Amino acid sequence: MEEATKQEQFHDEQIIIPPMTETEIKHKKRSTEKTKDHKYIELDKVLERYRGQKGELIRVLHSAQKIFGYLPQEVQAYVALKMDIPVSEVNGVVTFYTLFVTEPKGKHSVNVCMGTACYVKGASEIIDKLKEELKLDAQETSTDGLFTVRSTRCIGACGMAPVMTVDEEVHGRLNPADLTGILKKYQEQDAGEKYEHDQVN
Amino acid sequence: MQVKSMSMIKSIKDLEAVREKYLPSIQLRLGEATNKTETHVLVCSGTACTSSASQAVREELLHQLQKHNLEKQVKVIKTGCFGFCQKGPIVLVEPDNIFYCQVERNDVNKLVEKHLMEGQVVEELLFHEPDTGERHQKMEDIRFFHNQQRVLLQNCGLINPEDINEYIARDGYFALAGALNQRPADVIDQVLKSGLRGRGGGGFPAGKKWEIASQQEVTSKYVVCNADEGDPGAFMDRSILEGDPHAVLEGMTIAAYAIGASQGYIYVRAEYPIAVDRLEVAIRQAQEVGLLGKQILSTDFSFDIGIKLGAGAFVCGEETALLHSAMGARGEPRPRPPYPAQEGLWGKPTIINNVETLANVPLIFRKGWQWYMGQGVATSTGTKVFSMAGKINNTGLIEVPMGTSLRTIIYDIGGGIQGERSFKAVQTGGPSGGCIPEDYLDKPVDYDSLKEIGSMMGSGGLIVMDERDCMVDIARFYVEFAQDESCGRCTPCRVGTKRLLEILQRITKGQAEMEDLELLEELAYDIRDASLCGLGQTAPNPVLSTLRYFRDEYLAHIRDKHCPAGVCKELLHYQVVESKCIGCGICAKACGVDAISGEKKKPPYKIDPKKCVRCGVCLAKCPKEAIIRGGRRIPAATAAVQEGVNNHAHSSGIYTNA
Repeated sequence: MEEATKQEQFHDEQIIIPPMTETEIKHKKRSTEKTKDHKYIELDKVLERYRGQKGELIRVLHSAQKIFGYLPQEVQAYVALKMDIPVSEVNGVVTFYTLFVTEPKGKHSVNVCMGTACYVKGASEIIDKLKEELKLDAQETSTDGLFTVRSTRCIGACGMAPVMTVDEEVHGRLNPADLTGILKKYQEQDAGEKYEHDQVN
Repeated sequence: MQVKSMSMIKSIKDLEAVREKYLPSIQLRLGEATNKTETHVLVCSGTACTSSASQAVREELLHQLQKHNLEKQVKVIKTGCFGFCQKGPIVLVEPDNIFYCQVERNDVNKLVEKHLMEGQVVEELLFHEPDTGERHQKMEDIRFFHNQQRVLLQNCGLINPEDINEYIARDGYFALAGALNQRPADVIDQVLKSGLRGRGGGGFPAGKKWEIASQQEVTSKYVVCNADEGDPGAFMDRSILEGDPHAVLEGMTIAAYAIGASQGYIYVRAEYPIAVDRLEVAIRQAQEVGLLGKQILSTDFSFDIGIKLGAGAFVCGEETALLHSAMGARGEPRPRPPYPAQEGLWGKPTIINNVETLANVPLIFRKGWQWYMGQGVATSTGTKVFSMAGKINNTGLIEVPMGTSLRTIIYDIGGGIQGERSFKAVQTGGPSGGCIPEDYLDKPVDYDSLKEIGSMMGSGGLIVMDERDCMVDIARFYVEFAQDESCGRCTPCRVGTKRLLEILQRITKGQAEMEDLELLEELAYDIRDASLCGLGQTAPNPVLSTLRYFRDEYLAHIRDKHCPAGVCKELLHYQVVESKCIGCGICAKACGVDAISGEKKKPPYKIDPKKCVRCGVCLAKCPKEAIIRGGRRIPAATAAVQEGVNNHAHSSGIYTNA
């Protein structure tokens, strides 16, 4: 009995949405992205949809990652609380699956396919070249926060190997020399958006 | 295309009415129509063609048709995969039956004005055979298609996968209607007699699984479709889901009726967004017309299907791991028995069948188990879909009867090896399979023959490798994959694959001793025998098969510190061809470790092998192609005449894009 009350208290404490950190405030100013509160409201809607259904944790986490961009500890704790699952279990699932990330990602996700067909057609050279272009060593995200480069499991576009995706867009039959041009497209696009945004403000 | 006016389908009569209504469209595309007033332009919308911008082509088509006021006469149809991914985007014009490939947005103008308005074939967009240069207008004349038997894929590239009516027009859901008129035991009996074996890799008889599940006297049971196609280089299931999703739904529904399940799930990889979309549309449409839901076709049988998304874990293709993941937990396997057919989802009897297996089920009932049994070979019946990739001319998706030889698949359908290179091996079965050398190319491809030669059918991925691929490096690649994907639950797999990988890394870096070879083999057998699930048990297969057929390559790496294929970076040597060097100094400037010395305008420059880190920058930067890379150091005198090696270096490994 006593434990149950304790748990409830713990729940009440946790429900308060944590205040924004300085970087988040800065980020908010720069972009027109949704605020943190809005994100939690969106997450609540997802949680409501799957309430009482068995085995929907992975689906909820997919949605949460779409809303937040990644799954920081506080989001994991929030999901655990709302779904009445131990945080350890949520964290166990998050860390088990490679598609879930616990660090913020860059604006564009660059995924280089490392399936066998891509590998034998030089995918590792694509990764090396990307790392060189974006000056990445151990980290995955470029310092300007624009790109996160990761290798991915086979995306099944083997006929066009080697392949990489930038967000939803697929680039196939790649040559290391093509990469500068592809990245530039996104860099320019971003510069354009930023300019527009500054003009508005 | 939005599907209009969907009314409930409650009987075979209703199904027939839909079929009759939509059959003319299908007949037109099959060249069987008598009334040829309409033209259909089929645009492949599978993942590969979409990647090569087929949707831009489709939009441009719609735009141009509108411009020329042709919308009434010409319809643009979004289809599933034609299989010829190498030549995407594919556009097929019916009833003229003209097959266009590599169609770009800029070509649409020509296609509309020349073909659709003037009735002339656009020659330059036709396919031509790479060896003979022969141009083909018709799909069936192209050798790639000519040698196939497309039964399971009959709807892929023909119907709009987002329209249930077109599936019904192709006799879809009639198999279900027929099965619902029989006793569940008879349904199972026919699947057993057909000889259908699991297409996911193991080859377990599908009917047997159903039988076990049907015998469990429990009220709730489940049907799960395993669409977690994780083998790198395999995309059969994806193409079926994208091109003919209703076949899978129909197969699942028949299975559910046979075992007495009322709920099914499709566990699909999150990496396949198009497949997930198509499945969602298909399920919604089936629900709308009552082919899923309560009292299907006015019987007492009710069944519904939901989608479960994976999140990037290869081990979830293993059935017990998949069950855990479908329940929202970590995808770790558990020991069997109890088998999922006895205790599966939430402890209830569950059958787990692969996408392709389930798509075969309607076929068995439509054509009869006797017919099905007659396809393929005695122990492996039916056809099999393979995805071909790697160093082959025609990459893509094919379907052939079981028992077809590898040679037919690779040379007759696949068009042989790219460029002037020679075949080295074909890898089947992904990380669980093995590499098959040339000597066995005439072996029939079926479950048992492949097992005999140390590989396995797997889900059907075929990756062709040529002389430039290092088999030790390939073994290392697969073990690295298995190591990375090992869930960590059992020690042989978790620690064993790690040690296995370390040995392979030593070999590819030229740091291994002869004893390592023995250790490698011993450890591989230990992992195979002691691991908990299929992932660990089969992880050493790539090592064992390459050791068996390409032992000399291992020996070359260990004893001579030499990589015959010129792939393993640490074993390569860079050299300046003295006669070609013009002394520009670009290489020395580009070198990050000051390994190149020389004086400007006083060729040749020299590379110090002790300082060289083999990054390849100099080779890429040299304007005169005067730097060569090879497996062995070549004496300066002969280096000058080694042009072949030079070309080889430029097109091998790193700079591959041929």
